[in-house]
Amino acid sequence: MLAVDGISVRFGGITALDGVAFTVEPGTAVGLIGPNGAGKTTLFNCLTRRCTPDAGTVRFEDEDLLALPPHSVAGRGIARTFQNLGLFPQLTVRENVMVGAHSRGRTRHLAAALGLPHVRREERELRDQADDLLRRLGLADVADHPASGLPFGTLKRVELARALAVRPRLLLLDEPVNGLSHGEVDQFADLVRSVRQEFDLTLVVVEHHMGFVMGLCDKVVCLDFGRKIAEGTPDEIQRDPAVIEAYLGVAA
Amino acid sequence: MSTITATLGTGRARRLRATLTTLLAAGVALGAPFYFAPFQVFQLTMVLLYAVALAGLNLLVGFGGQISLGHGAFFAAGAYTAAVMLDRYETGHLATLPVAAVGCFLLGLGFGVPALRLRGLYLALVTLAFAVFLPPLLKRLEPVTGGSMGLTVDKLQAPAWSGLAEDQWTYFVVLAVTAVALLLARNLLRSRVGRALLAMRDNESAAEVMGVRLSLHKTLAFAWSALFAGVSGCVYTWVIGFVSPDSFSFVLSITLLAGLVVGGLASLYGPLLGAAFVMYVPSVAQDISDAAPGVVFGLLIIAVMFVAPTGLAGLAGRLRGVAASRLTRTTPPAADDRTPDSEPSASPAPADPAPVDAEPVGAQPRTEKD
Repeated sequence: MLAVDGISVRFGGITALDGVAFTVEPGTAVGLIGPNGAGKTTLFNCLTRRCTPDAGTVRFEDEDLLALPPHSVAGRGIARTFQNLGLFPQLTVRENVMVGAHSRGRTRHLAAALGLPHVRREERELRDQADDLLRRLGLADVADHPASGLPFGTLKRVELARALAVRPRLLLLDEPVNGLSHGEVDQFADLVRSVRQEFDLTLVVVEHHMGFVMGLCDKVVCLDFGRKIAEGTPDEIQRDPAVIEAYLGVAA
Repeated sequence: MSTITATLGTGRARRLRATLTTLLAAGVALGAPFYFAPFQVFQLTMVLLYAVALAGLNLLVGFGGQISLGHGAFFAAGAYTAAVMLDRYETGHLATLPVAAVGCFLLGLGFGVPALRLRGLYLALVTLAFAVFLPPLLKRLEPVTGGSMGLTVDKLQAPAWSGLAEDQWTYFVVLAVTAVALLLARNLLRSRVGRALLAMRDNESAAEVMGVRLSLHKTLAFAWSALFAGVSGCVYTWVIGFVSPDSFSFVLSITLLAGLVVGGLASLYGPLLGAAFVMYVPSVAQDISDAAPGVVFGLLIIAVMFVAPTGLAGLAGRLRGVAASRLTRTTPPAADDRTPDSEPSASPAPADPAPVDAEPVGAQPRTEKD
C-alpha cells in the first residue's frame, strides 16, 4: 500500500533521514520506533508532504506521493495526528472534526455565500457524519466546546476523530499516547484497535511507549540517527541487539 | 441521556431566541427612519454602509487571521468606480454596484498574492502602502477622477411612488444592500469555506494536512474581503454624492481596522457594533472636548479594549463568564455538573473567540509518564 524507498532528508549539515526504506501492507499496523531525534517525525512529514526529501521515493497505491501538492494528500485517503496535538483551539470540537472532512466537501465560495440548497445539504451531511464520529469516540458531550481547555486525553481523542473524518485508508499516528496516564494509554490502545477494525485502516504509528507499540503493531521499524537499524515483528525487535544498544546503550 | 435532551432543549430555545431577535431587529431597522430626524437617519445609513466594509474586513482579519491596513483603498476604489460611472457614463446607481463589486474582487485577488508570502506586520505594511499611495494617484488621474476637487454626482432620489423623503429612501436602499451583504458574509463564514479560514488561522499546517488548499483560501479571502469593502464604498457614493481623494486617506483604513477590533473580531454581528462605534464615537468625542476630539476618541478605544478585550460583541459573553465564575467560586461542588452548554462559550456564533482563554493547546499537561 505504502512503499518508502531510500528517502534522505538533510537540514543544513544534519542528516535527519538517510536512505530509509520500508513497506506497509494493506490492513497492517507498522510501528516506527527509535530514540529522540531519530527522524521519525521527519519521516511522517515526508509522508504528508510537509517536507520534501532530498532523495528517494514514496509511493502510495502506485501513485508518486511526492508529486502531489500537500493539500491533496488528505483527498487520497491519508490522515495523520500530530505529536503535540494539531487541533484548532478556537473551533469547537465538532468544527474540528468537520474540518477533517474538508477534502470530501465540494462547496465553493460563491455557492457558500449564496447558501444554495446543495451547500446546505452537504453541510448537514458533514455535520451528521461528524456527530456520528463524536458519538463513536465518546465525545458527544463536548461537541460544542472549544477545543482549548479540554483535558489532554480528550483532545487526543478529538484529534483521532478529526483524522477519521478524512475517511482515511492510511492513518498516521504521531506519538498518540504521549502524555497520557497509564489507564488512558490502555483505553486509547483499545480505541485504536477497535476503530482500526471498524474503519478498515492501515496504520503507521510513531510511539515511545513500547507496550503500546508491541501490543498494536504487526511489524516494527526501528530508526536511529536517520537510518533504519532493524525491521521485524515485535518479538524480533525486542530481541534485536542493535535496537537494545540504541535504546539502552552498551555497557562500557 | 438527560444531557442529550437538555442539549436539544437549549438548541430549540436558542433557535427561538435567535428568530425573535432577528424579527425585533428587523422591526427596529424598518421603523427607525420614520422615528428619527433626517440627520439621524443619515447617520444610521452610514453605520449600515460601514458595517458592510467591516464585515469584509472581518472575513480577512477575524476569520482569516491576516491583516490589512489597506481596506480604505478598496473602499475608495468602490466609491470612485461608482462616481466615475455616474459622472461620465450616467449609468444609473444600481448598475455601479456589480461593477464596483467585481472590480474590487479582482483588485483584492491581486493583493491576495503578496498575502501568500507575507504575514503579520509585513502584510500590514504592504497593504498600508496601497492605502497611502492611492489618494495621490487619484489626484494625478485628473481627467478621470476630477483630481483633488473630486467628483460630485447625483445622490439617490426617492421615486415618487414610494412617498418617502430622500433620506428615508436612501436608508432603505442601503439597508437592503447591507442586509444582503451581511447575509452573504454569514453564509460564507458558516460554511466549509469559513471553517477552512478559521482552521488556517488557528493552525496552518494542520489545516493543510486536512486538505485545505492554503493559497486558494488565502487569496480568495482577500478578494471577497475587498469585494465587501468595494460595495461599501460604492454605496457611500450613492449616499454622499461626492468623492475626493482626501475622503479616503490611510486614516480611513486604520479607522476601519480599529472599528472591527472594537466591535469584535470573528463575531458575526461585531461589524455592526464596530460600524456604530466608528460613526458615533467621533461625534461624541467632539461633544466632550472641542479642542481635542482625537484624544477622546483614542481614550475611548483604550477604555473599550480594557473593558472588553474581545470587542463589544464579546462583552455579553464575558460578563456571563464572569458571573458564572463568581457562582462556581461560591459553590465549588457545582463546578462538576456544568455541561458544556451551560458555559458562555456555547454561543451560536461559530467561532466566537471571546471566552476562549489564551491557553496553548499544544502545551503538555503534567501527567505522570509511563
